[in-house]
Amino acid sequence: MVPGVSRGAARAEKQGKSGTMTRAASRTWNEIKTPKRSAIPEGLWLRCPGCSRMIYRRQMEANLHVCPECNHHFRIGAVERIRQLTDPGSFQPMFRGLEPTDPLGFRDLKTYADRLRIEQEKTGQVDAVQAGSGFIKGREAMVCCLDLTFMMGSMGSVVGETITRTIETATERNLPLIIVSCSGGARMQESGLSLMQMAKTSAALARHDNAGGLFISVLTDPTTGGVTASFAMLGDVILAEPGALIGFAGPRVIQQTIRQELPDGFQRSEFLLKSGLVDRVVARAELRSEVARIIDYSGK
Amino acid sequence: MSYLDFEKPLVELERQIEAATAARDGVHGTPPGVALDLGTRVQLDDPDALRAKYRETLASIYAGLGPWETVRVARVPTRPQTRDYIKLICRDFAELHGDRRYGDDPALVTGFARIGSIKCLIVGHQKGRDTQERIACHFGCAHPEGYRKALAKMKMAEKFGLPIVTLVDTPGAYPGLGAEQRGQAEAIAVNMLEMSRLRVPIVSVVIGEGGSGGALGIAVADRVAMMQFAWYSVISPEGCAAILWKQANEQTNAQAARALKLTASDNIELGIVDDVIEEPLGAAHRAPAEAAANLEKWITSTLLNLKDVDRDVLVDRRYQRFRRLGAYVDKSGQFNGLVPDQDLPK
Ligand SMILES: [Zn+2]
Repeated sequence: MVPGVSRGAARAEKQGKSGTMTRAASRTWNEIKTPKRSAIPEGLWLRCPGCSRMIYRRQMEANLHVCPECNHHFRIGAVERIRQLTDPGSFQPMFRGLEPTDPLGFRDLKTYADRLRIEQEKTGQVDAVQAGSGFIKGREAMVCCLDLTFMMGSMGSVVGETITRTIETATERNLPLIIVSCSGGARMQESGLSLMQMAKTSAALARHDNAGGLFISVLTDPTTGGVTASFAMLGDVILAEPGALIGFAGPRVIQQTIRQELPDGFQRSEFLLKSGLVDRVVARAELRSEVARIIDYSGK
Repeated sequence: MSYLDFEKPLVELERQIEAATAARDGVHGTPPGVALDLGTRVQLDDPDALRAKYRETLASIYAGLGPWETVRVARVPTRPQTRDYIKLICRDFAELHGDRRYGDDPALVTGFARIGSIKCLIVGHQKGRDTQERIACHFGCAHPEGYRKALAKMKMAEKFGLPIVTLVDTPGAYPGLGAEQRGQAEAIAVNMLEMSRLRVPIVSVVIGEGGSGGALGIAVADRVAMMQFAWYSVISPEGCAAILWKQANEQTNAQAARALKLTASDNIELGIVDDVIEEPLGAAHRAPAEAAANLEKWITSTLLNLKDVDRDVLVDRRYQRFRRLGAYVDKSGQFNGLVPDQDLPK
């Protein structure tokens, strides 16, 4: 599990150092006159964690939830992701009858049963995943998206089973498989059963691979733990959104282990690209056409 | 002998045994006289009676072991590790080093071995015995090159039709700069994918700690067992306590250990492991040879059962073994059925 990490300050500082000119030229009103928080109508404006500027929410949302000023990619839910990725009206949701239970009777400061109920009420979703078939620029595919808004997108039995069924269906129908990941990792409240979802999804991908199937894995902010260490890193082609945190261990755990500061940009998409761990870093605006392009090369 | 805190009653008994033995053998000259433990009526000058009492106490402590105590037993520094078991059960062992890409991770030991009459490949985590070895092994936390070494040797075993035995004993895969940069997550993921389709029998035993993905990275097998006092879970109790209880201390660690259902019997109940291998009285570290004999028996009998299984059937059964794991409610009652679009964007 990985807590959300704010990197706004570091990036703003970097920008300040590298481009004083650009910064002065593109100054927004709020940098000159910082308004009191209470003066801002709730939700209409928000501060971008990328550039610290105040941006107009509607404009950001119309821009695929990307900051129009600095290209910061805001986190989005599975429904919005599917809307962005698939052709309008083409998505057919599947496997929606799957609902989580509390197989261990898990209880920390809250019971897992209570957590599930609260998360379900808050998000209107039964668990942290949406899956189905759809078209991407006219190409049919099986699509599965994790949802960060539900328990940090963590993978328990429902997420694992949904992903596995999506993979198996893609294999049976000889369709390209697209999985968009964002997750804190395996869900602790289902313990060993969550862990086993890593093996289950990876084994299903082995069969997809045996059958010559295409799997495009899209990594978004953040993808960590047991999700990274299973299906997310098993794409034939792995795409990552700019600036996404992607890793096995969370930055805090690493810092505690090695007792030193982590280098700037460590575990970000661009770092993974340089380390040879992902194929391409793709901006959200380009994702549809990039996926379609790769599907065409695979001949699927 | 060093004792865990819940083994405290044994400390006094051991002292009494030593004193009584010394007195009987006339080491210290003065016999203690006819003393009697009033609670148990065991004669304090009778070493044999005291030893019986010791075994009785040990058995009762280990019969009532809680999950957090089990974790502590699994971590006892003198508990047998992969290299110990190799010495105890293999008639021959030809270690194979290195992943041919980056390096040789001592935290994962691989090599050809003979167990009884069976030729096989052994893959196992090694935590290290003395300080120097422990540091070299990162206390059993393997790096990507360790997982890649394991996979390379397993693929070779497949080529030669050798069965694979893996021994799991890790707190988790190493969380560090180099490990991340060299693709720790990818290494573990690829191992699971490839192990699921290797066309030779694979058996795995969690001999000590089964910490999360670092354990599973060598444990996708046809049959999985746990030693009686091993643990296997998605996260360590301390890691879980730190996140969900906001602090890791004796109390929250114990609560987390209980909640995580990490003991051998818990994992049997969840269907995650198939068998439990019994440990000697007071756990494996008290009688490594006995523990090794039980382990060897399980490995040889299990491999014998898998030997003649058709390879397609073997791989398909392995797939189904993991495929069915998980707990959820399936309200649709159908497997691949389309559900009409209701609340998703138009
Ligand atoms: Zn911005």
